[in-house]
This record gives sequence, structure tokens and C-alpha cells, in this order.
Amino acid sequence: MDIELIGRIWPFFAEAAWVTVKISILAIMLGLTLGFTAALASLSRNPVLRWPARSYVSLFRGTPALIQLFLLYFGGPQIGIHLEPFEAGVIGLGVNIGAYMCESIRGAIISVEKGQTEAGSCLGLAHHQVMSRIILPQAARMMVRPLGVNAIALIKGSAIVSTISVVELSYTAHRYISSTYKPFEMFILASVFYLAIVTIFSYGVKWVDRGVALE
Amino acid sequence: MTEPIVKIRGLKKNFGQLEVLKGIDMDIEPRQIFALIGASGSGKSTLLRTINQLEEVTEGEIWFDGELVNQKLPHRQRERHLNQLRQNIGMVFQHFNLFPHLTALENVTLAPVLLRRSSKAEAIEQAKILLDKVGLADRADYYPSRLSGGQKQRVAIARALAMTPKLMLFDEVTSALDPELVGEVNRVMKELAQEHMTMIIVTHDLRFAEDVSDHVVFMADGLVAEQGPPSQVFRAPQEERTKAFLQQVFED
Repeated sequence: MDIELIGRIWPFFAEAAWVTVKISILAIMLGLTLGFTAALASLSRNPVLRWPARSYVSLFRGTPALIQLFLLYFGGPQIGIHLEPFEAGVIGLGVNIGAYMCESIRGAIISVEKGQTEAGSCLGLAHHQVMSRIILPQAARMMVRPLGVNAIALIKGSAIVSTISVVELSYTAHRYISSTYKPFEMFILASVFYLAIVTIFSYGVKWVDRGVALE
Repeated sequence: MTEPIVKIRGLKKNFGQLEVLKGIDMDIEPRQIFALIGASGSGKSTLLRTINQLEEVTEGEIWFDGELVNQKLPHRQRERHLNQLRQNIGMVFQHFNLFPHLTALENVTLAPVLLRRSSKAEAIEQAKILLDKVGLADRADYYPSRLSGGQKQRVAIARALAMTPKLMLFDEVTSALDPELVGEVNRVMKELAQEHMTMIIVTHDLRFAEDVSDHVVFMADGLVAEQGPPSQVFRAPQEERTKAFLQQVFED
């Protein structure tokens, strides 16, 4: 293993890792927004809200993220959508992970006991009050871990945006392989950075999870 | 003769193919303590839950305080109508259903504050009085996870009373409790009875029913099999089914 080479080029990987972090955080925020909206819509009694939400989930969970990304970035211009690689990366990853996050959020909401809803409605509270004051505060505690799993999957899965030339970790590894001919070192280096990001993020999730736990 | 506070006419309820209630007529007078007894599956809990529409009915009418409870209304209006009615009907459940993310005090103040019955300060004042009444003044800041079953159930009663209901429904409220905790909950209910709260009590605890109620309804197979004052139903039952049921329960 060429330690001297790694010592020389790791700062470029660190810079690329920052791009991976940025694109992941933005995509997670987009995913949470979409996931939350879709989860509430899919639990609605109104089919006009429910139906689009369910279609969104089955569509984006049922097709490869890579194809969704290509469709957006390469197919988009044909229908007048012109995006920079970074923008397309955020939107492609975010919309995809939103479908998974929707299911995590929906699952947490459904798992709150039926008796809680009954107790709330028996007091005369309106549906939205039961949801916001009784169900969601309890569901929030149960969705932290599954959402963390979704987010970590996204961080690792963000490697696919290298295919639309976003200069993040995977793209950088490929680029230095073509100039150094050292794929082993380059992929090890990229892996170390991915592992570091994921590890830090996992600790963050655990910290939040403990913070919201019931006493 | 006063107008009954709850009037049930020709009530039927099916769960799919299964007929749970097969035609119930019932009048509950204000201040009456009504006990619903019967074997598991006789329909008594279902009947109780139709009164505040936790269960929709298949056929028949339920009147509460002069208003038809199960009106056919468009969805939104129906929700508003039920929310209004439910504010006047307190309910206590077998499994407490306290809100675990709120303290005992917050469990009691939540509805009065959200529904603008009172200001936050008034609601807290009122909640403290109610918690004191059920013997839990010193547990106001405890979360439900730190309360015993009996304490949880007493908080649940205080929570229901906070809306100053005209009617209280009790759905087997001591069935999930350890035997040594039943007494403290029964005592609170008895106190309410002595204050002339109108109460419908679904229970397996026949001694308590005899002790506290002034009207007993024995249900079997989705119908009222026998009813009357407790002295009659428990001591001199007319129906064979009532006799068999009482004999079986008191043998155990």
C-alpha cells in the first residue's frame, strides 16, 4: 500500500467528503419534508390525499434510485428541466429517500396504540388536536431510529451521484485512480471517509434518540 | 318524571356477520348509577361504546341530553357534532389510556385548555383540586410510567372529570388492576356516585355493582335479559339466565 501517496492526496478526499456531507444533509432535509407530508396524506381519510401519497411511495421505492437520478438529470432537459449536477443530486436522492422516510414515519404513527386516539376523541378533541398533541409527540420518539437508518442508507447511497459528475467522494476516488493507477489505495481512502461520516452521524442519531426517550 | 339523559331505542350493532347488539331499549335518568353486567361477549362494552360513538351503530337511535347522537351528517359536521357531545360524556377505559408523554397534571389539563374551557392557570387550579379529590395531589408531576395501575386509573378519572361531564362511562375500569389496587379505584367511583354523578358502569365486579348502583342491567347474547334495582337482580332474579350467571360467578 502506497502510504506516501495517501498522505499526499487525502486533503482532496476531505474536500470531496464535505460535498458528500452537504448533498446528504440537503437530501435528508428534502426527504424528511416529503416523507412527513406523504405520511400524513397517506393516513388521511380523504382518498384525494391518500392516493397520490401511496403512488409516490410505490413508484420511488419500486424503481432503482440510479434510474430515477438519470431520468431527472439526463431526461429532464428533454421536458425543459435543466439542473446542475449538484441540484439534480439533491433532488434525486431526496425524492427517493422521502418515499422510504414516509414509511418510517407512517409506521411510527400507526404504532401508537388505538386507545390513545380513543382517549383523545372521548375528551372532545378534534382530529387534528389528537394528532398534533397526542399521537405525533409519541410517534416522534418511535421514528428517530428508523429515520436514522434511512438517512445512513442515503449517505452511502449518495455515491451514485458520482455518475452525474458531482465531485463527491466516489467521483474523486475514480478521478485519482485514472491519474495514479492505484485503485486499492483510492477506494480504501474513500471508504475511510464514508465510515467516518456514517459513524459520526450514527452517534448523532443515538443522541437524539436518547434525548426524546420517555423517562 | 324527568326526561332521561340517555335514551336508547332499537339499538343494533353488527361486526360484519356477527350480531353483537340485537335490539336494545334503555333509559338512563339523570343522577342514576347504572351497572351493566353480563358474561364476556354479551355486548355490554360495545353498548357502552356506542353511547359516545366509539362504535358506530347499525340500526336504532341513541339520544343524549335531548340530542340524537347518531345523526346522519356529512363527515366534517359529524366530527364537530361528536366532539361537542363527547365534551359532556366522560369515559374511563380498562387500560387507562393515559397520555404517556404528559405528566398526571398535564393529562388532566390538556383538554380543558385546548378546548378553551378555561385559561391555563384556571385549568391547573382545577386539575390540582381533581387530583386531590382522587387522592393524588402529591403525584401531579409524575409521568404515568411512574404510577401504579390504581393511580393511573384515578388520574384517568380526574382527566375525564376535568371536562365537567354530565355523564361518566366506565368500561371495566378495574379489570386490568392487581386485586389489591381495585379498592382505591372503587372508592373514587363510589364517592362520585354519592355526589350524584350520572354513571354507567360496565363491570365484572358484581359485589361492587350491587354496592354502588341503583339500577342493574343484565345482558346476555346482545339483549337485555333482566333489569331492575340491585336488590332484585342480585337477590331475587326472575330469569333463569340471570340465576345461572350469578351462580356461576359467585361460585368462583
